[in-house]
Amino acid sequence: MNKTSLDNLTRGIFRENPILVMLLGMCPTLGVTTSATNGLGMGLATMFVLMLSNMAISSIKKVIPDIIRIPSFIVIIASFVTILEMVMQAYLPVLYSALGIYIPLIVVNCIILGRAEAFASKNTIFQSLLDAIGMGIGFTFALTILGSVREILGNGSIFGFSFMGEVANPILLFIMPPGAFLALASIIIVVNKLRGAK
Amino acid sequence: MAYLMIFITAIFVNNIILSQFLGICPFLGVSKKISTAIGMGIAVMFVMTLATTVTFLIYYTFLQPYNLKFMTTVTFILVIASLVQMVEIIIKKSSPALYQSLGIFLPLITTNCAVLGIAILTIQKNYTLLAGICYTLASAMGFTLAIVIFAGIRERLDRTEIPESLKGTPIVLITAALLSMAFMGFAGISY
Repeated sequence: MNKTSLDNLTRGIFRENPILVMLLGMCPTLGVTTSATNGLGMGLATMFVLMLSNMAISSIKKVIPDIIRIPSFIVIIASFVTILEMVMQAYLPVLYSALGIYIPLIVVNCIILGRAEAFASKNTIFQSLLDAIGMGIGFTFALTILGSVREILGNGSIFGFSFMGEVANPILLFIMPPGAFLALASIIIVVNKLRGAK
Repeated sequence: MAYLMIFITAIFVNNIILSQFLGICPFLGVSKKISTAIGMGIAVMFVMTLATTVTFLIYYTFLQPYNLKFMTTVTFILVIASLVQMVEIIIKKSSPALYQSLGIFLPLITTNCAVLGIAILTIQKNYTLLAGICYTLASAMGFTLAIVIFAGIRERLDRTEIPESLKGTPIVLITAALLSMAFMGFAGISY
């Protein structure tokens, strides 16, 4: 693998992490991360749509007239989200109902439209796929971390396995809405510190 | 009475931003000054009410009778995107003064998940048209209320000493957390 390909793949994971660094796609980030499982599920669902839409858009980029490119991107993304909705409804009904309204809202996730506009519409199919995988991993990673922090503090469990028992009461606030803001703020402080240290 | 309950619940108890996390991007992005926050709020109120009314009618006249429910997401986002474009053109032609103040917010609204979110939620909650419009208007008012209060706090924050590591995003998120906690106090009055 040459240098640009590797760069396209790894860029999204930490250096340009869509959530922790670029602050895109905040609604699902804060809304669904009440548990690590939900965070991971949402991350993978978004990554699925991102990979397919990046590849589709990059393969038909020459056919789309410039003036209607944004509506065309939205239609392509919305079609993949519809497919995802049907697949999840059929095979993962529990996760589907846990994520609820945020599944159709993947359509308006700024990350997907942002990558379509900034990357897929200018690069080859293979490079766009690498970019989507990198960004998808970065998004999933951030969501899973945020979900884990909130689940550990707010519910005393991780991925559904309880470890606190009767010893102490969890801090319920963290699985409630204010906890989402607080947990994300703390994670971003840590990330900023790490980035500044380099 | 039922309408009043929908109103109060949507503005305070289930505030669209602070408890449902819809429309976080404009909430964090366009909340540096009170005047822009009010402009954004009014634009959202206008577009959201219009969008829900149109999508509601489309859903019950076309999608449901012809068994096309799976097309909901695609249809709604297209309708919202073209609606926003249309509103922009109409305002530009008919009232340049209004366009000056609201125009810049309109393109941003297309990708505002609050608009699509509320349109879908109105269908999911099985509201009638009137209750749906009432719910949408109240949600949009909740959006405006939250973003204006938040902008007020941020204007003050600009003039205070903030610890180095909290500068930028972290302090904004912490402020949002405190505001969200304040709104949790309304939880007791849901029906």
